[in-house]
Parts: sequence; C-alpha cells; structure tokens
Amino acid sequence: MAERERSHTRPLGGVFVPRSVVLSAADVQRALTRMSHEIAERNGGLDDVVLVGLQTGGVPLARRMAVVLGDVEGREVPLGTLDVAFYRDDIGLRPVLPEAVTDIPVDLTGKVVVLVDDVLFTGRTVRAALNALGEFGRARSIQLAVMIDRGHRELPIRPDYVGKNLPTSRQEMVDVGEDGVAIGTLSDR
Amino acid sequence: MISTADPVSAAPETTSTERHLLSVADLGRSGIAEVLDVAEAFAEVERRSMPKVPTLRGRVVATLFFEESTRTRLSFETAAKRLSADVLSLAVGTSSVKKGESLRDTIETVEAMGIDALIVRHRSSGACHQVARWARRAHVVNAGDGWHEHPSQALLDCFTLRQVWAERAGVPPASMGIDCFDGKRILIVGDIRHSRVARSQVLAYDALGASVSIAGPGSLLPPSLAGWPVTVEPDLDDALTRVDVVSLLRIQAERGSGAFVPSLREYTEHWGLTSRRASRLAPGAVVTHPGPMLRGVEVAGEVADLPSMLATRQVTNGVAVRMAILFLLLGAPGTDPRAARPVPEGVRVAVGSDRG
Repeated sequence: MAERERSHTRPLGGVFVPRSVVLSAADVQRALTRMSHEIAERNGGLDDVVLVGLQTGGVPLARRMAVVLGDVEGREVPLGTLDVAFYRDDIGLRPVLPEAVTDIPVDLTGKVVVLVDDVLFTGRTVRAALNALGEFGRARSIQLAVMIDRGHRELPIRPDYVGKNLPTSRQEMVDVGEDGVAIGTLSDR
Repeated sequence: MISTADPVSAAPETTSTERHLLSVADLGRSGIAEVLDVAEAFAEVERRSMPKVPTLRGRVVATLFFEESTRTRLSFETAAKRLSADVLSLAVGTSSVKKGESLRDTIETVEAMGIDALIVRHRSSGACHQVARWARRAHVVNAGDGWHEHPSQALLDCFTLRQVWAERAGVPPASMGIDCFDGKRILIVGDIRHSRVARSQVLAYDALGASVSIAGPGSLLPPSLAGWPVTVEPDLDDALTRVDVVSLLRIQAERGSGAFVPSLREYTEHWGLTSRRASRLAPGAVVTHPGPMLRGVEVAGEVADLPSMLATRQVTNGVAVRMAILFLLLGAPGTDPRAARPVPEGVRVAVGSDRG
C-alpha cells in the first residue's frame, strides 16, 4: 500500500516507469501458493484464520490467497479489507485520504489475523493497520504476509510470510500488478 | 451563479476555498464528490461496535451557536468526538455575549485558547464569512447563517440520496460516483425565501447535474429568482408526479414565515405533503426533510412515517458527513498538532498550560 499511495497522492504523484520485471505473473502465483501453504502449516490448518487485505494493493492478493487456501484446505477463509487512512501517523503532514471503505466481516476476538499487503517498505502502514485491527476485537495473534519486502524499515516490524525479498534504493519504486512485479522509478508527469 | 438581487449575494465573497467550509459553492462538483466518498468511509466507522478513530487527536473543535439547534450541534459534536478531537461548546445564552461582548471579540477570545475549528451558527446571513475573515488560524465551518447557507445539511442530503439509490441498485454507494445525480429531478417545497437549507441544496444539486424546481406560496419564494438555476412549479399536485426527490422545508416561525401565509392550515391545504398528495408521487420517489419536522403542517403525520421519508436516515448520516468535513479541513497538510504552532500574542502562558 505504501507504494501505491506514494504514487497516486500529491505531492509525490507521478508516472511509474518500470526498469525491470522482478517476478512474472506465474512467479507471483507460485509465491502466493507457497505462502498459503506456509500459513496453513504454521497455524496447523485454518481454524480461526482470517485474511485481511490492506487497501488497495493487498486486497487482490488476499483475495487470491483465499482462493488458494480454499483449494488446499477445502474450506473457506473469512476475508476482509482494511483501509488505514484514519490511523496513519502523517495526517496533517501530507494529504491522506481513504481509498476505500473498510470491510471486516467477523469479530476478530480470538482469531488469527493474517494481514496481506503487496509491498512492505517503512512499516508505517502496517503500524497503522495494527492499531486499526484493534478496533474490531482482540485478535489472538496478527501475522503479516507481503509479496515484496523491499527493506528500509522505520519501525520494528517484520513480515511472517514473504513472496520475495527485494533490495531496493529509497528512490526506487516497486509495482505489484496483475502481470507481475516490476521495479522502476517515479517520474514527474 | 446567484444574482445580486438575492439575499445569497448579500453575503460577502468567499474568503478561502481550502481552509473553511462556508458555502457549498466553495466545493464544486469534485469537492462534493470528495466529501461524499470520505463520508462513506466514516459511515463504516459509525457502524462499528466501537465507532471511534484516533484521526484528529490533539485538535480542538469549538461549536459556537448563536441560534438554537438540536441536531446540527449534536451532530457536529458527535462527529468531532468520534474523530478523537476535543470539543468545546459555547452556550451563548450563558456566555459573555449576554453582557454585550461583540461577535468579533467572542471569536478572538475563543481563538486565543488554541481552537482549531469553529463551527458557527448565527442568525445573520454572512456572519460565518465575517468570522472566517477574523479567524487567524482556525478553520470555520458554517453550520447555518441566517437565510444564507447550511452546507453540511445539503451535503448530508446528497449523501443520503446516493445511499438510497445505491441500495436499490445493489452496489456500494462509493462505486456510484457522483454521476448518479445527473438528470435527477428534485423539487424543493415550502418556505424557500427564509431557507438556508434550500440555498445550499440548490447549489449542491445544480453542481451535481440535477434539475431543480421549487414550489411554495408566492410570498415565501425569494423576491427574485434571477440567476437561480431553478424553475418554479406553480402546481404542486402536478409537479409531484414528475420528480425523483421531494425536499420539504419547515415553516420558519422564528424568521416570521407565519406572517407570509394567511394561516398554517391554509398552507397545509395548498403546500403540505398530505396523504393525498403523497399518493401522487412517482414510484421510487423519496422525500427529504432537514428537521425539525412540523407534523400536520408541511407534512402529514402518516406521510412522515412512510419508508420513502428519509428524515431519520438524514440525521444518522449527518454524523458521518460532518466527520468527513472535519477530517478534510483539520486533517489537511499543515495541521499536525505535534508541529510547533504559532501562539497568538499575549496568550503564550495560557495556551501553553492549557494544551499540556
């Protein structure tokens, strides 16, 4: 989400110019499948597991993960979406707007919540998400699944499930889309 | 947009489009769309078992109502509290205003306490514009000024209508965008002359592409409609069959509307939404009312209880819409309370200790 947000909001808006493709669409699907297996393995099945996709980049990934988990374990996983705008720590510093309406379909008390996002960068979005999730009940545990971990953390946050670790410079941008993962830069419009 | 012959233009020009919400005209189509979309996100917060977010922690919102109100004041205060802002409420009746303190001095005093937003209602048209000109750093929100405007009411009306249309279409309201108002026919009935709600509604609905008509006794229509993007419907019974939305207004006895009609019974007879008239409404048509509703005058009791009457829903939605308004003004860049803020001269000590 951090990536997308930076790309679409003022004053950092611009056009993403890809430099190289890091993961193909098939690679992303394989990584999703592996991460789904890891989630089921680590939690001894899917009892109490709830997937929550972060708006906007994490939502399609969480949806696809739910499909894989459904195939693997033969049961449906509750799936929610979360927008963390109201919990961000930079409200009043830069333009912050909700991208979509949050939808958490179940009381999270006692659940194992797996937060899903496309790119883990500074960790600030995840920090906001942890605060936001607290409003929906006291989860037994919260785990973090990301397609790309690009480093540069500013908070003590680490992922539990990673699609790919990708060393980047701060100026670069990572785009996770339908057709895979690309690394590039943001250019002025 | 509005002619000079109308009370609307008696209010001074808008001072700022970014910092304050004084008129619906400040927002325009895209601004209205933004408020409605953000309000959808807050409506979800409102549906939670714990309907509170930390978004505006450390900001202070003051409501200054120089004229009575139930729902607008409660709604703004609830909205501010759900955003975790601190709320001060100046009860004008028990304040120094009674001792003769001027509006300007009252505003300066309140602002000196480090207030971030002033929610102002006043009996004089243009009062909020004046307050906005005096305010050094506070954001000013017009909660109703005389006959002039009541922007948050028009916005929550738009929000409620889109919500109803989205429900019928079976889609989330935000996915409808703002085009759902295009070509809708909206009829405003009643005391248009004294109504700030009507003025804000006309600006909002027109900006969104709806066609707006008005109906009411000639004495309660504005003295001139030159420049208003509305048509006048002479025959209410006929007009009701052709509209998607009927917006009812209250007869405002406190502004002397009573003197403009021979009697309330006669008003009801000609312009009230009686059961007979309600049955003429097109299928799917809905009725809005800003409240307080005078049952038996502008609307019959049994009509007020029909599912097509959205008044209660409007009140519910008012909180989410006002959360959006406060968030957009008080959450904008440059408003972070952790950053050093300029302290008004002469109040350094008081502000320092008050904000600890």
